[in-house]
Amino acid sequence: MVSRILRKLLLLMYAIIILLPLLMVAAATMKNQQQFYMNPLGLPSSFSLENYRNLFVDQPMIAYFSNSIIVSFTAVLLLLILASLISFGLYRLSNKFAKAILVLFVVGLMVPSQVNMIPIYSFLRDMGLTNSRTGLILVTISLFMPLSVFMISGFMKSLPREVFESASIDGAGEGRMYMQIAIPLAVPYLAATATFLFVSVWNDLLFPLLLITDKSKMTLPLALLQFQGEYSTNYPGLLTGVVIISLPMLFMFLFLQRFFISGITAGSLKG
Amino acid sequence: MGVRKTIYWFFVPGLLLYLTFFIYPTLKGLYYSFTDWDGMSETLNFVGLRNYVNVAENTIFHKALFNNLKFMFSVVIVQTLVSLVLALLLVRNTKVNIGLRALYFFPTILSSAAVGFIGTYLYDPNSGLLNAVLNQIGLSFLSNNWLGDPSIAIYSVAGIQAWAHIGQMIILFVAGLHGIPEELNEAPRLDGGNRWQIFRFVTWPLLAPAATLVIAYTTIQSFKAFDLIYVMTRGGPSYSTEILSTYIYSAAFQNYNFGHASAASIYFLAIIALVTFVQFKALRSDKLPN
Repeated sequence: MVSRILRKLLLLMYAIIILLPLLMVAAATMKNQQQFYMNPLGLPSSFSLENYRNLFVDQPMIAYFSNSIIVSFTAVLLLLILASLISFGLYRLSNKFAKAILVLFVVGLMVPSQVNMIPIYSFLRDMGLTNSRTGLILVTISLFMPLSVFMISGFMKSLPREVFESASIDGAGEGRMYMQIAIPLAVPYLAATATFLFVSVWNDLLFPLLLITDKSKMTLPLALLQFQGEYSTNYPGLLTGVVIISLPMLFMFLFLQRFFISGITAGSLKG
Repeated sequence: MGVRKTIYWFFVPGLLLYLTFFIYPTLKGLYYSFTDWDGMSETLNFVGLRNYVNVAENTIFHKALFNNLKFMFSVVIVQTLVSLVLALLLVRNTKVNIGLRALYFFPTILSSAAVGFIGTYLYDPNSGLLNAVLNQIGLSFLSNNWLGDPSIAIYSVAGIQAWAHIGQMIILFVAGLHGIPEELNEAPRLDGGNRWQIFRFVTWPLLAPAATLVIAYTTIQSFKAFDLIYVMTRGGPSYSTEILSTYIYSAAFQNYNFGHASAASIYFLAIIALVTFVQFKALRSDKLPN
């Protein structure tokens, strides 16, 4: 009995630790500055969406959103295509060449992005690809390639080899086997990989920070960092930015919870 | 058998990108570490091991390495203990438990920029939530300038890092717990074992692979931290939250000493490799990336 109450108490306490900061942030976005500083803990006197309106008026929020959407969707889509092609190739070959390629990707898994951020930055600058979404997308794809290959090829390994052997005897080429057998079977895994990659790319701060300086090209997390300078004394404004960049993730999480949890867990197992 | 040569084409587009934008720059970084390049000028001179010596003798680098360890140990300890306890409480797949797991997991999917600002707001000495709550419940003597006091700032950031990732570790522990056959918990209970004994002698040994995994992942993740520190403190006050990644970043992009920063990043890579190697040894082979 005592232990049951203790258990509930602990769970409740931790729920408060998670929820209270989030709710207070949400409440702060509905206060004006005076209300916020006079009464930081109190509820907003009225539910004013003034801060949200101001942010959309003062900032090119639509551009930030479309940049984030363009970069994330393009990078994730291309990653799924390129990494599944490579994974399928590794699965079909499983020879010395495949082993060498795998080693090349293991190296990539071991190198943290803080290590190659300097040469990547200067390489992109030399190519004239800084301050461009294309440059950011190309770098993002390359950085997440090792992890994507590991996640997808982990699944490919479990496919029965006989299926492909008989398809080959029936005259199917590699392209057809990939399109008509491997990819349809991989759909649930590709979906989990896609959510993991999407969250990582959408939330990435380091490479947008390095590569993008034009406001019109910024993604949401980088834009949020800019608000820090502009709204240094305006917490409600800053926290409104926090809520705005988090809302898309919140909605996706509510609808795709399973994929999120399994994808991120698989990503962390391999990473 | 029966693999057609066309399969080699499957590698071309992905490998081409990967070699161009990842492998080539990484090797170039190794090259920069032996030069005096400032990141801008046309010319650069080969200086041998001078950058490596300079980095190794730099007191701020030492401080950054030490802070990195402080940050890592505090995150690993807090994150592992809290997530283990919560996972044990949430192991059964009831509706409430599944809901709570999702709630606890939620901060994991927030951008670290957003988490960083939430942390900055929580810790603000005047209008922050933490001090306000402490004052409200009569513990005002505990209130503090959480990010402004050099002796605690690194732990404050570590707390936010743990807050954001505990839910993810709960999921890993719950998966580990679900892998333990029910009979193994039943038998000792019938023999009259108490909860602690069952945990100590049955659950814990069987949970070891999951625990190793959580600890390994958290170690690497917290060692590589950058975003939260960058957003919340930029390494300050007076270098008290400077860690290796922020050290490399400011050496390169604030002091324009690409050679020095590149040498520091090679040290960073070596340390990460060492940590990873030790952990791969400790991990069971079936938990390795395959």
